[in-house]
Amino acid sequence: MSAGDDLAALTAARAIERIAAGDLSAAELFDVYRARAAADAEDLNAFTWVADGPPAELGADACASAPLAGLPLAVKDLFCTEGVPSQSGSRILEGYRPPYTATAVAKLADAGATLLGKTNQDEFAMGSSNENSAFGPVRNPWDRARVPGGSSGGSAAAVAAGLAPWALGTDTGGSIRQPAALCGIVGLKPTYGAVSRYGMIAFASSLDQAGPFTRDVTDAALLLRHMVGRDACDATSLAFPGEIELPRGVDLRGLRLGVPEELTADGIESGVRDAFAATLALAEQLGASVEPCSLPHAPHALSAYYLIAPAEASANLARFDGVRYGLRVESDDLLGMYTATRAAGFGAEVKRRIMLGTYALSSGYYDAYYGRAQQVRTKVAEDFRAAFERFDLLVTPTAPSVAFRLGEKVDDPLAMYLNDVCTVPMSLAGIPAISIPNGLSGGLPTGLQLCGPAFSENRLLAAAYVLEQALGFDGSPARRAAGGGKAA
Amino acid sequence: MIDRAQVLHVARLARLALSEEEVARMSRELSAVLGHIEKISELDLDGVPPTSHVVDAAGALRPDEPCASLPREAALAGAPEPLEQGFGVPSPGASG
Repeated sequence: MSAGDDLAALTAARAIERIAAGDLSAAELFDVYRARAAADAEDLNAFTWVADGPPAELGADACASAPLAGLPLAVKDLFCTEGVPSQSGSRILEGYRPPYTATAVAKLADAGATLLGKTNQDEFAMGSSNENSAFGPVRNPWDRARVPGGSSGGSAAAVAAGLAPWALGTDTGGSIRQPAALCGIVGLKPTYGAVSRYGMIAFASSLDQAGPFTRDVTDAALLLRHMVGRDACDATSLAFPGEIELPRGVDLRGLRLGVPEELTADGIESGVRDAFAATLALAEQLGASVEPCSLPHAPHALSAYYLIAPAEASANLARFDGVRYGLRVESDDLLGMYTATRAAGFGAEVKRRIMLGTYALSSGYYDAYYGRAQQVRTKVAEDFRAAFERFDLLVTPTAPSVAFRLGEKVDDPLAMYLNDVCTVPMSLAGIPAISIPNGLSGGLPTGLQLCGPAFSENRLLAAAYVLEQALGFDGSPARRAAGGGKAA
Repeated sequence: MIDRAQVLHVARLARLALSEEEVARMSRELSAVLGHIEKISELDLDGVPPTSHVVDAAGALRPDEPCASLPREAALAGAPEPLEQGFGVPSPGASG
């Protein structure tokens, strides 16, 4: 194992400590990650763009004393980054270099993060396997014949494989939590509004949230701390009450955990269910009370989601028409240019969702589909509010299965959508949720999801930290696989 | 069941040109997905208010004061056809 591999094994918090103490240079660490990411050691196809080299200011003292100490950051392709390709995994934005940077990325840069690269994703964040990217599928570092999950599959695979210390993703119906679970890392979807959406290429605006992918819970808290806050450029953003705290604690005494029956019974594969049951027992040993609860409308959340999200997407994606940016397919008249550009620029899943959303919003169907979906959304949120009167947090598996094989579900959209069954209800309710590694099933990671009321991030992180310490998950097999390749 | 005529109608609304193969596939796949989604029609939702957004953004208006914004050249830099300080497009023609 080379020195570079040793450095790539450090968590972000540990690397920052060493840089601050003066026994590691930010530029050296950046070079280690840049080399690994650029070589894409195990051919994971996790990146769509990698920085040429460390920026000049990385050697400065000011950088080492910044909260994030110049640490490299991988960023999902759909965040606009000034002058750097930001394509949202789509042909229609191939080569697009925006004139401004997303607020979440700019805030992290202000705190001392350095842009390492842009990560591959499902096109416009629509997918649960990363197979819908115009730039090819991402592979799972635990088994390269399998998907990393999606839509933030590149960010998840990069962090799991040690190609980046941490990464930004976005979650609309599970696109941070599900890939984090399938890749054996931590992923957090904040409360809706906690992080500005300005500069995120929009999928479904009432659901989209940016959040961190990290090796452990402490790193998730550290990254999130510098992302949250009200932004004048996003009218739906909110001031975070207080500060994101670094988690500590050794037990779960006094914590009331609820286990929603609707999200833990049918459709969860046995290995995932066994790991989940074992962790519930562990939580009790750590002092938590664990009791079943009910979210009666959760079984309908997926249906509501697959009307609301495509409906919003059909409106958001109207802007890709060959006029202001991206691809244009020439035609004699304006309508022909629109339809030809969109036919050539969008992939199959994006077209499917635009069609579904347009249908759900069209005259004669609006009340039966979109209107009813919005009513279901109200009921789903009410169910959570009622549950949180009795419980501090709810806990479920993150995804119903371990990572599936590439190609296994591409021809069955409905089977693919069912991956999101455990993550979508929290998205509709706008509440925060975290996924942490919950051991292996058949050699592949499973995920544990914790969710809480709006702005309960500190409580979530604290509980997740205690469970993480007790579980002692070892993510190093995924990193060693990457380190054994060309970058070593 | 979403038939061929409905697919073509929705595609026109969505400004999407679909191949014959895509029309057939869309009809099949949208029907399957909507078949699953139909389950929400069984719920009693009378009197339930809709939720379009979980954040109450009322009062989010800022004072309407002029401030610096993206320079014109930067806004036009990614355009397929920048034209006389604006975005060039083909003639609306007969379809307009």
